[in-house]
Amino acid sequence: MTTTVLILVVGVIVVLTAVYISWRAGRLDRLHIRLETAQAALDASLLRRAAVCLELAGSRILDPATSLVLAAAAHEARTAGLDEREHAESDLSRTLRAVVDQDRFRERLAEHPTGPELLEELDAAVAKVVYSRRFYNNAVDVTRTAQRRWLARTLRLAGHTEYPRFFEIDDAPPAVLAAE
Amino acid sequence: MRIGIVCPYTWEVPGGVQAHVRDLAEALIADGHFVSVMAPAGDDAPLEPYVVSAGRAVPVPYNGSVARLAFGFLSAGRVRKWIREGRFDVLHVHEPAVPSLGLLACWVARGPIVGTFHASYERSRAMSVAAPMLQSALEKITARIAVSDAARKTLVEHLGGDAVLIPNGVTVSRYAEAEPLPGWGPDGGVIGFLGRMDEPRKGLPVLLAAFEILAEERPDVRLLIAGPGDAADVLGRLPERLHDRVGLLGMVSEEDKARAYHSVDVFCAPNLGGESFGIVLTEAMSAGAPILASDIPAFRRVLGDGQAGALFATGDPAALAKEAARLLDDPGRRAKLSDEARQAVRKYDWSTVARDVSRVYETVTDATAGVVEDDAS
Repeated sequence: MTTTVLILVVGVIVVLTAVYISWRAGRLDRLHIRLETAQAALDASLLRRAAVCLELAGSRILDPATSLVLAAAAHEARTAGLDEREHAESDLSRTLRAVVDQDRFRERLAEHPTGPELLEELDAAVAKVVYSRRFYNNAVDVTRTAQRRWLARTLRLAGHTEYPRFFEIDDAPPAVLAAE
Repeated sequence: MRIGIVCPYTWEVPGGVQAHVRDLAEALIADGHFVSVMAPAGDDAPLEPYVVSAGRAVPVPYNGSVARLAFGFLSAGRVRKWIREGRFDVLHVHEPAVPSLGLLACWVARGPIVGTFHASYERSRAMSVAAPMLQSALEKITARIAVSDAARKTLVEHLGGDAVLIPNGVTVSRYAEAEPLPGWGPDGGVIGFLGRMDEPRKGLPVLLAAFEILAEERPDVRLLIAGPGDAADVLGRLPERLHDRVGLLGMVSEEDKARAYHSVDVFCAPNLGGESFGIVLTEAMSAGAPILASDIPAFRRVLGDGQAGALFATGDPAALAKEAARLLDDPGRRAKLSDEARQAVRKYDWSTVARDVSRVYETVTDATAGVVEDDAS
């Protein structure tokens, strides 16, 4: 009688623990998927920003010096290795501010047939970098907390997934765009 | 001849290109030419009568460091106006491949244009991506001058075509004589450095590391540093007990620069590369300072393979410290290097160089009507 109860109690505890662990593991898995999605979105938004910058640089709307500064920064950002990427993307943000915050930049661009469209695209691309980076870092934060938990560490619930890194860059948009 | 010269970098900030343009302009004026220089400048910067400001330059990341450049519609407009009103026979742009005033001038002008290329780099990603963008502006340049073999090689590799070699000049007489700065040498222990402190390619960190080695063994060794940059950052690289043996002059006037060259026992140029010529080196040579320079090709050439100045393995603080110690211990060798330097620098004097440059002007202005505004830009 007591043995049966004991076995039952142990059995219930084992089942509950298993359910709990699998629930934690499932959560961690969902977090990893969310992180990967956020990373892909961040990657896409950075590439899009670089692409719009290169298009603007090659559009012949700007003077050749501005084009060159912008193209060089966009190229650096697009081709930077993993270690240099944060640095190169920050440089592109700074370059963009220097370029776009020129006096009467918006008006000069508006004079060209393709100018307003490009500016609109640039505007969107810059904003999306800010958003996607915020979402990504958010996902990193949550995932890191989950991975750091005692249970996750002891049972290696995260498997061989790497500890995710925050993506820290200067992504402040040009004043002209931010004011919109 | 009416000559318009364009300088891409901020006029009042010391730098190789700025010094080149100023000295060339003054040598040409002394030869009886009319010269107008356009350069970016701060609002209240004191300008020589022959300089026209193109407005302020903007700090922007470019080619691996932060450069102050003048670009944009506003700058282009100013260059255009200057060209229209200047009615020059020849336009001489400096560093036209740098996204600043030189490139803008090529864009807005038409006629005889001479371009001088200063910089050299191993490989520039910015340049290779930009080459097609530069093409239409650079194709307007009728004569190309490189200030060094390295600059010429860079030009050929990145942009194609060739250039004539006319090295930088130095106004030897400006540096030949000067009173040493009070409280400094030469007293057998002063090592000097001149250049931007925060520009890694100038190699100051290498010298600081070497100074730390030297200072441990030699209580009388001191370091004199002249040039713009963050003083706290420089001192932060040294242990605190050495701080009172370092003199930071900051940005110096021309006069104090000459005096600084005369205040040292060893003048050190620890550049890591990128220097196309080493104007600082020829100034120090004019002053007769015993020189210790990194073994980069441009320095090796100017110093006659080590005849007019000692060389050390580039970027190696231990090698620098060892070589500096040898020089400090050998006054005879220092005196000999000083004499050799004064001798070797003569062929770089501006009077010689300006004559060569004006020959280039004469070649390109034959049968032309002068520089006009390009309506296509």
